[in-house]
Amino acid sequence: MLEFISRPWPWYVAGPIIGLMVPALLYTAGKPLGVSSALRHACAAVLPGKAEYFKYDWKKQGGWNLIFVFGIFVGGAIASLVLHGGEAISISAATWSDLSALGMTDFSGFMPSQLLSWSALGTLPGFICIVVGGFLVGFGARYAGGCTSGHAISGLANLQLPSLIAVIGFFVGGMLTTYFVLPYLI
Amino acid sequence: MVSKATPPQIKPIHYLAYGFLGFIFGITLIKSEVVSWFRIQEMFRLQAFHMYGVIGSAVLVAGISLFLIKRFGARDVHDRPVMVAPKEMNGGINVSVGGLLFGFGWALTGACPGPLYALIGSGFSVMIASLLSALLGTWVYGILKPRLPH
Repeated sequence: MLEFISRPWPWYVAGPIIGLMVPALLYTAGKPLGVSSALRHACAAVLPGKAEYFKYDWKKQGGWNLIFVFGIFVGGAIASLVLHGGEAISISAATWSDLSALGMTDFSGFMPSQLLSWSALGTLPGFICIVVGGFLVGFGARYAGGCTSGHAISGLANLQLPSLIAVIGFFVGGMLTTYFVLPYLI
Repeated sequence: MVSKATPPQIKPIHYLAYGFLGFIFGITLIKSEVVSWFRIQEMFRLQAFHMYGVIGSAVLVAGISLFLIKRFGARDVHDRPVMVAPKEMNGGINVSVGGLLFGFGWALTGACPGPLYALIGSGFSVMIASLLSALLGTWVYGILKPRLPH
């Protein structure tokens, strides 16, 4: 059993587990799955300032969400410490060759060290990927009213038109960056 | 339609449940490798089915669950009827422009908000810088919100 769960999980195992988070959170917290709201709750808790957007009872509305993301952090730690299979990520040959052609050399781990590491942070490409990328994730998710979990999963599952538009935006934005920005950064 | 009944008593066991679900979610994100920058590249380059399979089957399972919840009028642990608030559309600018900006960020960091926490937990400490930056982005959005088109 441990050996089985230590290997990388196929999509047909991971997807349904993620999907079941929606009814599980609706039952326990009365809220659908959504992760980016936790960023708002954290801002409301730490530096609300004068903005109306952060003036609400974050403990009551966001307590469940903050505990949930803390759980994600612990899950990430346990998955790596205890359930680590040690395999390199087997990405498709096409992606490997495209990225190699752009100059990527290190394919170990979850992310390329030449863009996403503490030593890369001081370089312009690293700063753009780590800091500008992070900023856009936070700003964009809250502007759109949700991220991959809130829009792509909960929203699409609930047949929400705004979520469909947001998800199209995610993919158009991601593809534009992949084809027109990343080639200059790698 | 909102009842003014006493707010639900959230007990430690409930918080434990939220944390446990996050824990399972975090393990799943890592073990399915959806936290990987390389997997996100495969997705945006349309070169592998993995991410589409994960998101697609998640939407299918969540959708069937929501259908059953509505069909049978399920109630939550506090005996409130389960309801999912509709997403705000307004003029559609919020979801389209916000979605586009989020997409830029997703391709750069290779991580959306859930994976950020999972990656930090799994030892990729540089993602702390991305998370702090995402918090700053959220804060700037909160400040600018009254002046942005929605």
